[in-house]
Amino acid sequence: MAETITIEVARYRPEQEGEPALQSYEVPLNKDWVVLDALNHIKDHVDGSLSFRWSCRMGVCGSCGMTVNGEPKLTCATFLSHYAPGPIRVEPLKNFPVVRDLVIEMTDFMEKLQSVKPWIVRQDDPAPAKGEFLQTPEQLDEFKQFSMCINCMICYAACPVYGLDPQFVGPAAIALAQRYNQDSRDQGEQERMDVLSQHEGIWGCTFVGECTEVCPKDVDPAGAIQQYKLAATKEWFKSFLMPWSKQ
Amino acid sequence: MKPSTAYRQYHPKWYRTRVSTLWWSRKWSYLKFMLRELSSVFVACYVVILLLQLHALRGGPDAYQGFQDWLKDPWLVILNGVSFLFVLFHAVTWFNLTPKAMAVRLRGKRLPNVLVAAPNYVAWLAVSALVVFLLTRQG
Amino acid sequence: MAKRSNEPLLWALFSGGGVVAAFLLPVLIFLYGLAFPLGWLQPPDYERTLELVQHPLARPILFLLCFLSLFHWAHRFRFTLYDGLQIKHLNLVINLFCYGGAVTGTVAAAYLLWTLP
Ligand code: SF4
Ligand code: FES
Repeated sequence: MAETITIEVARYRPEQEGEPALQSYEVPLNKDWVVLDALNHIKDHVDGSLSFRWSCRMGVCGSCGMTVNGEPKLTCATFLSHYAPGPIRVEPLKNFPVVRDLVIEMTDFMEKLQSVKPWIVRQDDPAPAKGEFLQTPEQLDEFKQFSMCINCMICYAACPVYGLDPQFVGPAAIALAQRYNQDSRDQGEQERMDVLSQHEGIWGCTFVGECTEVCPKDVDPAGAIQQYKLAATKEWFKSFLMPWSKQ
Repeated sequence: MKPSTAYRQYHPKWYRTRVSTLWWSRKWSYLKFMLRELSSVFVACYVVILLLQLHALRGGPDAYQGFQDWLKDPWLVILNGVSFLFVLFHAVTWFNLTPKAMAVRLRGKRLPNVLVAAPNYVAWLAVSALVVFLLTRQG
Repeated sequence: MAKRSNEPLLWALFSGGGVVAAFLLPVLIFLYGLAFPLGWLQPPDYERTLELVQHPLARPILFLLCFLSLFHWAHRFRFTLYDGLQIKHLNLVINLFCYGGAVTGTVAAAYLLWTLP
């Protein structure tokens, strides 16, 4: 295991430095190592002060998103060998404030997520007679793609509109709104529409399309936003032509 | 302000970056996006030419001949050549985008994007052929 | 009720214009901008052109073409200025320029088509 690769990690320790600076480490270039393994190696054996988030190591928790050589990536799914001979530059996700080293502040995303009510909303009595809401495989198929989102915020890091305009609700939150809108058990479409279509936020999207390109789960948020705009426009014309139809 | 956000504004220690003004020049996919958006300028540009054409048409045969000669100006030919490439780019990106905005389903299965975009291209060819036919048929 | 946004209307015009421009502009620019001036194809002369625009469908189509394409431009260009140059704070001027331009062009198109012989 003589082979190594240089990895340049953005360090930001607010008590110590005014702005992030790169620090280089040599790590073994194991064939089956991902960037996250290299960071853990550094933390365990070289420099215990390095801060970063991770949990599952298998692409489901969505906490290990970072910028690798300029691209937003899940570091547990990004192999070192892909970047050989290096060096590899690892920075925090773009478009979010940096708390420390590779850790970003995500409250803004959390609030946006909450604002679209990403849960099943029922207008009638929520308890179904037979104990559960039934759904056919076809009905599941309608929204399954959008439900794959792991809230990794990689799409936010890739979205120039979010970077420019923090008002923008952003890719994943709209995709998740759409996930529940398309769910046959859900009745909250109108409530979400009231939040999102009035919000100048969704109209900021200019279909750069990068969110869909970078999403590790093939969620296609760009498509969800287009669908949402279409639905909001129909709704607008409906309430404009038939104002009485609104309850 | 919501209580959960109340402290955020004053947090002194977070490091924030700003998106650079030329962000779209740094990456090919962003640049492609910018070029796609700029195609709209050439769309507007053509409408202006069309308005001038209508104006000339109102002015009688001589004015119209003048318009047709004006189109032969090398600069205008170059402009129109560039315009053509841009609107072509617009058309292709636009047609490819349709399947994203509309999830078309057939018997419960979502149709693959290629199949949703294909009718666009067929219709596009038909419309273009019709326009060529109408405008080049003499008499 | 929350503040009513105009964005859906503008977006609908933008989309309509996008469709019209995608279908018609490539062939029109190819013919009038390249094929006719460069002599690849024979352009319709004055009488023939007049005959074409006098077809009952011609004026509505031309009007829609101008109207929607201009609003397509206005919408897209507005966001290009916002995001590409980061001058969203000038949005009053930008809106006036973009949508004002589109309205002016549309009125001009209506006038010209209306007064055509
Ligand atoms: S849509 Fe994709 S990129 Fe965005 S948060 Fe969800 S999984 Fe991550
Ligand atoms: S560590 Fe859970 S997604 Fe990477």
